Amino acid sequence: MMSLERTYQDYGHPLWRRWLVNRESAIIVLLIAVLAYASIAVPKFATPATLTYLLLDVATILMIALAMTPIMITGDIDLSVGSMVGLSSVVFGVLFQAGWSIPVAIIAALAVGALGGALNGLLVTRIGLPALAVTIGTMALFRGIAVGLLGTTAVTKFPKEWTSLAKAKIPGTPIPMVMILFVVLLIAFALMLHFSSFGRGVYAIGRSKDAAAFYGVNVARTRLILFIISGVIAALGGIYYTLRYGSARGDNATGLELQVIAAVVLGGVSVFGGRGALHGVIAGVLLIGALSSALRLANVTADVINIITGVLLVVSVVASSLIDWVQARRTKRLNRTSSTPQPATVG
Amino acid sequence: MKLMSLSGKLIAAAAAISLGLTACGGTTPANPTDSPAATGGGGGGEASGDLSITFLPKNLGNPYFDTSSKGGKAAVEEFKGTFAEVGPASATPDAQVSYINTLTQQQVGAIVVSANDPQAICDALNEARDAGTKVVTFDSDTNPECRDLFVSQADAAGIAKVQVDMIAEQIGDAGEIAILSASANATNQNAWIDLMKKDLADNHPNIKMVEVVYGDDDDQTSFDKTAALIQTYPELKGIVSPTTVGIAAAARYLSTSSAKGKVAITGLGTPNQMREYVKDGTVKEFALWNPEDLGYLSAFAAKNLIDGTIKGAEGDSFEAGKLGKFTVGADSVVLLGDPYRFNADNIDDFDF
Repeated sequence: MMSLERTYQDYGHPLWRRWLVNRESAIIVLLIAVLAYASIAVPKFATPATLTYLLLDVATILMIALAMTPIMITGDIDLSVGSMVGLSSVVFGVLFQAGWSIPVAIIAALAVGALGGALNGLLVTRIGLPALAVTIGTMALFRGIAVGLLGTTAVTKFPKEWTSLAKAKIPGTPIPMVMILFVVLLIAFALMLHFSSFGRGVYAIGRSKDAAAFYGVNVARTRLILFIISGVIAALGGIYYTLRYGSARGDNATGLELQVIAAVVLGGVSVFGGRGALHGVIAGVLLIGALSSALRLANVTADVINIITGVLLVVSVVASSLIDWVQARRTKRLNRTSSTPQPATVG
Repeated sequence: MKLMSLSGKLIAAAAAISLGLTACGGTTPANPTDSPAATGGGGGGEASGDLSITFLPKNLGNPYFDTSSKGGKAAVEEFKGTFAEVGPASATPDAQVSYINTLTQQQVGAIVVSANDPQAICDALNEARDAGTKVVTFDSDTNPECRDLFVSQADAAGIAKVQVDMIAEQIGDAGEIAILSASANATNQNAWIDLMKKDLADNHPNIKMVEVVYGDDDDQTSFDKTAALIQTYPELKGIVSPTTVGIAAAARYLSTSSAKGKVAITGLGTPNQMREYVKDGTVKEFALWNPEDLGYLSAFAAKNLIDGTIKGAEGDSFEAGKLGKFTVGADSVVLLGDPYRFNADNIDDFDF
């Protein structure tokens, strides 16, 4: 109920104010502040190489975060993405080793992603299990298959033209080629989430599944589609990860799911569903990436980097809950005042 | 009130945005470290004479690497260079790549790295070499084309042999044994395990190796895997753990278990971690090289590469302070020496 009241409150403000003063803008401002401060204070941060390495480091997380965002907006979660990166990496590697051409191996790995995503989605929507429980299970399942398939070995002899493509820069810029793929995906996800009735259904499900169904949203189908997309994108991330590091291993990207979820939550997606936007999520991923990159260059140790990003995450989640709470209280008070009869002479 | 706080926010936002824009504008011309495209071969950089040497272990907070870095630091201080140690919190290759990239940007004189994956960090190392940084691997090697020199703690055959010899002596050369390793992809552990299997098959027909389990160099996982091994194989006579985290966790489990005295534990460990288990009789003997010497030798190897005294070619030789003279062998490998056995008689002579 609280969330519904907040909606009315949000829409009570003019458009320009809603655009400028919200969670997403706060993260974007924070990102710009971190970039500005690091450029001045950290030697060698303000170089094109920083941008190249930063984008290469976060490319996999950026892609997977695109698919995680709508899932978390519906109130679900997909913890199996890190393991799916590992599994698709291994499938891709094993098929390549068996003599398949790279494009065909890519398609097969993407198909494995779709199957894994469908398994998650069907268990959630048909059996009615919570996404958290299902994807904790498939997280172990996918990782187990991945490690089982390759055992102690790794596939490494990928063709040079593919591995260098994964690291290549757009000619004349410090921006990696993989960002082109990311921008294409971003446009597709933005159209789906923010400019289509399917996307409005996603938000509606996050607010209330019953209300969304009553309103005509096919709740089960929407959630299933989102899990399949998440599996495919995680597999795509796995292929990219494999080519980027030139190594297909069962334990590739262990723990990646938490990095993705941390960035998505930092980017303003509510863990309770119903709220969030892609530009905030992208800023969240870049903020964590830029912070790590700046702190590494400033010779801050890994433990301290983890503590700083952890504190940032906790503070941002607490702050946003606090803002919600204050707004809800104010709305209540406003509602009380407006319901008392107003004297006719005002104004 | 409301208006004021809003305009305050707007001003702050505008200020931050303009700051960001200036900063972004400033980034374009400053272009000193835009690394040239990796050509794969790498290593053509000239001797820079900059004795800044950074150690990049598999992960931080690992007593083994704390000790090797201590040796490295001592060496660097001896020849008046600049020592630094960086590394990820957990032992993953992708995190190491980020650190190598950072060091490339900082243009350090040399990187001394223990690889989490022989291939995954290769291109990043070659980019560093193209930018003039020397690369020494130690403890766990990369593919040879990605580094100038590998400082090997002992050759794999010697390490495998000492562990097989120790377990054979401790269980009377007969019975079931198991191996508790690090992660399933650990380069050196896997090489040793293969050699141990071969040695067992060739020279110890009465010893049966029942399983290799992986504790991922995590104390709790290794502890649990030890418990599982002892429950699964009631006839188990011994456990070999070729990793310092594994052997300590296994000894800790065994020291309070009813299997103490029935199951022998040996492998590679550090004296400080194993001291109490040697003293209480859980562990008879284990082996290792001295990681402090390993770090010390690696730092000297890095120095000589930076100086241009050696190129890393077979037959090159250099002085490594208190350790004396070393000669580069085939595949640009420098060998520290034979493994050392620690037991109740000598363990108190060591502190690492």
